[in-house]
Amino acid sequence: MDDAATFDTIAHGHGHAHAHADHEELGFLRKWVFSVDHKVIGMQYAVTGLLFLLFGFTLMMIMRWQLAYPGRPIPLIGNWFGPDKAPGGIMLPEFYNQLGAMHGTIMVFLGVVPLSVGGFGNFVMPLQIGAPDMAFPKLNMMSYWVYFVGGVVMLASFFQLGGAAQSGWTSYPPLSVISNGQTMWLLGMVCLITSSLLGSVNFIVTIVQLRAQGLSFMRLPFFVWAQLVTSFLLLLAFPPLEAASVLQLMDRLAGTSFFLPTGLVVSGKPLAVAGGGNPLLWQHLFWFLAHPEVYVLILPAMGIVGEVIANNTRKPLWGYRALVYSVVFLGFMSFIVWAHHMFMTGMGTTMSAFFQTTTMIISIPSVVILTALLLSLWGASIRFTTPMLFALAFLPMFGIGGLTGLPLGLAPSDIHLHDTYYVIGHFHYVVAPGTIFALFAGIYYWFPKATGRRMNDVLGAIHFWGSFICINTVFMPMFIQGLGGMNRRMYDGGMQYAHNAGLLKWNLVIGMAAWSLGLFQLPFIINFFWSLKAGRPVGNNPWDATTLEWSAPSPPGHGNFLTEPIVYRGPYEYSVPGAAKDFTPTFEPEKP
Amino acid sequence: MNIPYTVEERPDTGLTNGKFGIWLFLASEVMLFGALFSSYILLRVGAEEWPHGELSVPLGTINTIILISSSMTMVMAWASLKMHNWGKHRLYLSLTLLLSAIFLGIKYVEYSEHFGKGEGPWFNNFFALYFTLTGLHALHIICGMVVMLYFLGPGAKLWKANPDQFTNRIEATGLYWHFVDLVWIFLFPVLYLL
Amino acid sequence: MHASDSAAVQQSVRRYITVFVSLMIFTVITVAASRFHFAVPIAITIALIIAAMKGSMVGTVFMHLSHEKQAIYGTLLLTFVFFIVLLFVPLLTVLDRLHF
Repeated sequence: MDDAATFDTIAHGHGHAHAHADHEELGFLRKWVFSVDHKVIGMQYAVTGLLFLLFGFTLMMIMRWQLAYPGRPIPLIGNWFGPDKAPGGIMLPEFYNQLGAMHGTIMVFLGVVPLSVGGFGNFVMPLQIGAPDMAFPKLNMMSYWVYFVGGVVMLASFFQLGGAAQSGWTSYPPLSVISNGQTMWLLGMVCLITSSLLGSVNFIVTIVQLRAQGLSFMRLPFFVWAQLVTSFLLLLAFPPLEAASVLQLMDRLAGTSFFLPTGLVVSGKPLAVAGGGNPLLWQHLFWFLAHPEVYVLILPAMGIVGEVIANNTRKPLWGYRALVYSVVFLGFMSFIVWAHHMFMTGMGTTMSAFFQTTTMIISIPSVVILTALLLSLWGASIRFTTPMLFALAFLPMFGIGGLTGLPLGLAPSDIHLHDTYYVIGHFHYVVAPGTIFALFAGIYYWFPKATGRRMNDVLGAIHFWGSFICINTVFMPMFIQGLGGMNRRMYDGGMQYAHNAGLLKWNLVIGMAAWSLGLFQLPFIINFFWSLKAGRPVGNNPWDATTLEWSAPSPPGHGNFLTEPIVYRGPYEYSVPGAAKDFTPTFEPEKP
Repeated sequence: MNIPYTVEERPDTGLTNGKFGIWLFLASEVMLFGALFSSYILLRVGAEEWPHGELSVPLGTINTIILISSSMTMVMAWASLKMHNWGKHRLYLSLTLLLSAIFLGIKYVEYSEHFGKGEGPWFNNFFALYFTLTGLHALHIICGMVVMLYFLGPGAKLWKANPDQFTNRIEATGLYWHFVDLVWIFLFPVLYLL
Repeated sequence: MHASDSAAVQQSVRRYITVFVSLMIFTVITVAASRFHFAVPIAITIALIIAAMKGSMVGTVFMHLSHEKQAIYGTLLLTFVFFIVLLFVPLLTVLDRLHF
């Protein structure tokens, strides 16, 4: 059986050992646009996701101008938005609401999940399990293009009369039913949900059915477990939102009153609908998905951090079993906590107690996972590579995000904190210096596998330190603002309320930090493109890693592996006592 | 490229990829219709009064009988393939398609009647739910019919090339179809009888 | 392998026909029961029990669930649990409120 060194000598591309039935040269469209290869599709998802992240972030940078300098014309691009959004360059409240709703929607549904699940999941997972591709390659391609269409529909909504969706990413009726822009949002969501469902079926079947010989479930890399649980969350939690979106579309287009209560009056005129609907019905169906969705946001990130930490500590992950049981338990619990987003809707004490209890319980597996990752650092020989910088930062950042969630999960404290900037601080800590940092770690870590070249470490360090300092400066003050009672989603930054007077200064700090954060992404963007052409070339296993993807060429060719992959041991056999090297890959045969 | 376990079962799971895949998809469909049933429950419990007897029980019953029969013909279409009877398979698959078309025809008649009386989805929440639930269900029937047409048409070529794979695909179609029938088995009493 | 498959399927055909007839009978029963105008909770219970029985027959026999694999059973069990949660928990939050 060949080992990694021999693979190096075989040019990447078509291996001779594998008999391929179909090897005519594909045209450009079939190879790069409508490809059924999971690696191409993964890169399509990743690039599209990154572009949407950048766009969504830009929307926020514009919002932060209004919050830092309410009523002042937006510099440079102020007159790009037209008189119905920003007359004289001054942002209208409606436009602020559009930016807010679309920022959230784009970051969650068009940015993070496509990158973490569609991008990393698609590219890395089949390689990590020793599969030649996904179980359903054509379905995979369809998933990407349906996502793309959904993205286009979402973006197009900015250009329709009345602007884009402006009722928050949460789209609560009755406001969302009577507001502009919502129809495109709903149609876009239907596309995105469909894409997600097709993808999750593909992921689950692939992980269960296409594992290589010797790869039992308890030898799976933690990243794969995370993707498996994530896919179940997407599979079972998204359909209720699809149903709810259909219902809201019916309310908007077919005159139904699923979410419209009787006696609703809009601008002084009674709404001409049958009534009898329930706005809380939307909230239940929305949050039934949206809570598991936040675990969709964090789980792949935890998986990436696990891989990077194991590799850069030269030690096995601490508590593999605990990690696996926790991630599965977390996935299950995520389905029964959703109404902690609805403590203020008037539910009685029994159900409130139920949801508070399940919410407290769900913090346990999260803490176990964080603790296991932290303990993995104990006694480690840490290599401060760029991916490791981001992975290390993830730990305390996720810690802050998680801990700040606790007062929100308890109804008495939530009364004061609900819908304040405290909530914004909490969830951004988990998603921004949490998940997005983990995604950066993943990019720096797997870029060599995907391209055959390393990214530059100096630019990586600048990207990391600048982002780390700025991102904390953006979100930490939000806890202060929230505890002081500053409401979220106010286009004037809270100026109109006297109790906010002492908190307004933070808006300027946050704005400056946000714009600086934007600037610090430039080293990353430059690094990414420069390294594609001129990064240092690497072989199969530049990080001296143990998992299966590092046995394939960099980048892998069609079919991924040059010989059939076989797994001989667990995924994190680093520093095995008595071994010649400080890592024993899973694919290295036992010495006779 | 050859993806393993497309036709032969993986030894430890006992499944083909397609079989597992279609069941996972059906699981998501359970959640989709579940959300709509949940909406029905919430809206009906919250309503002061709820319409009764608005729908034609005879037409609903006939449609129930038709759909259950189509489930029978669908499973026979698969069974015929297992018994290597191509002719019987074509007959049963065509019958399933025909029964589906009749089901849709009757639904069209029902819908027209209601719209004629001004009883659209806007009329009240009962009709909103009725049209949404049966409409989504009908959409699923249409999609199923498209798939059946494909397997009666260009898709049939696979029987010659890879009979086992073709049989598996018909089985998957059948599973989807039985699920559509199953949804109706619950929809019918909930909407028409209760 | 194919010959024994074929024979096994032939056995199944008799089961399919039995189930088909049962489904027809239950359909008639469910319509007949609705003519009795029971109190709403009782009517709902009866209708759902009959529907569940019909559904189980379609599931176990037509959909071959009676001899399926662990992975499928596990998926369906998980789905069923969340289905019940989705169906009843939102209602409970609303009902709870009505009992201040």
